Amino acid sequence: MGGSSPCASCKLLRRRCAKECIFAPYFPSNDPQKFAIVHKVFGASNVSKMLRELPVHQREDAVSSLVYEATARVRDPVYGCVGAISYLQNQVSELQMQLSVAQAEILRIQMQLEPAMLTPIDQDDKTSLFSSNNFNINNSPHPQYINFASSSTNLIQDLLGGEYLWT
Amino acid sequence: MNTRCAACKYLRRRCPSDCIFSPYFPPHDPQRFASIHRIYGASNVARMLQQLPVNQRAATVDCLYYEAQCRVQDPVCGCVGVISLLYQEIHNAETKLAKTKAQIALFVDSNSAREDFEVESDLNVLLHEEGNEFAHLGPSNQVSFGFT
Repeated sequence: MGGSSPCASCKLLRRRCAKECIFAPYFPSNDPQKFAIVHKVFGASNVSKMLRELPVHQREDAVSSLVYEATARVRDPVYGCVGAISYLQNQVSELQMQLSVAQAEILRIQMQLEPAMLTPIDQDDKTSLFSSNNFNINNSPHPQYINFASSSTNLIQDLLGGEYLWT
Repeated sequence: MNTRCAACKYLRRRCPSDCIFSPYFPPHDPQRFASIHRIYGASNVARMLQQLPVNQRAATVDCLYYEAQCRVQDPVCGCVGVISLLYQEIHNAETKLAKTKAQIALFVDSNSAREDFEVESDLNVLLHEEGNEFAHLGPSNQVSFGFT
């Protein structure tokens, strides 16, 4: 009597694994921990409902993200994934600050160098140093350095209407 | 008559005085419990809260609500999509920062090289001019002025 072995979900739930079991493609029997952790946090019926609401080609990704979230929640029962989001947001803010400082430094250096760079020092024609074109910083060759990096902290706000920005 | 919390209203049950949900799901915000219930289920949330000290439960519910909302808005990635975007932001910012620092280093190096060249040129001119000034003197006098 042949028969494929039940998937990890049906093994844990102690039920017969039907041919069209919604869990079977994503929770193979050789990885029982994967389903166990998702079941612990979300519950089998919720996971089943979530998967049924998705087209088949998106279910694999959905399961991966559910496993990720469940693992984060088990490791940190209070903050779960939000802890990681908060940490990463702080990293982004820190980097943006460093970038702003570096871009300001570039601008400062360019303003210092510009008179010398734009006009060769000619002892017989020093008046050329003082022409208006040479001192026009709007002709900077790198205008993008004046445009500071946009903030990504709006990312979370845009997603949830600004309610839960963890900083 | 006590008002039921949002959870007990949603679950259509009596809200006991020691209801585990009531401090975190006030009746004026039914959406909060509805979102969390949709993703996690009431019994899972109750179990999670029971396993935590009371002073950590409010933060837990806030986080569960955040994650539930992420999952409702993005049923495939949930809040993992947010994490992925943040990693991308970090990578982009690090790349930009490295490029900007490299340009600063380039400016500083080329500027200091130019200054060294100018200083050396000025010194050579000065030495040449002073040499000419003392050329009329005899060799021994030139040595006494430092020009051999």
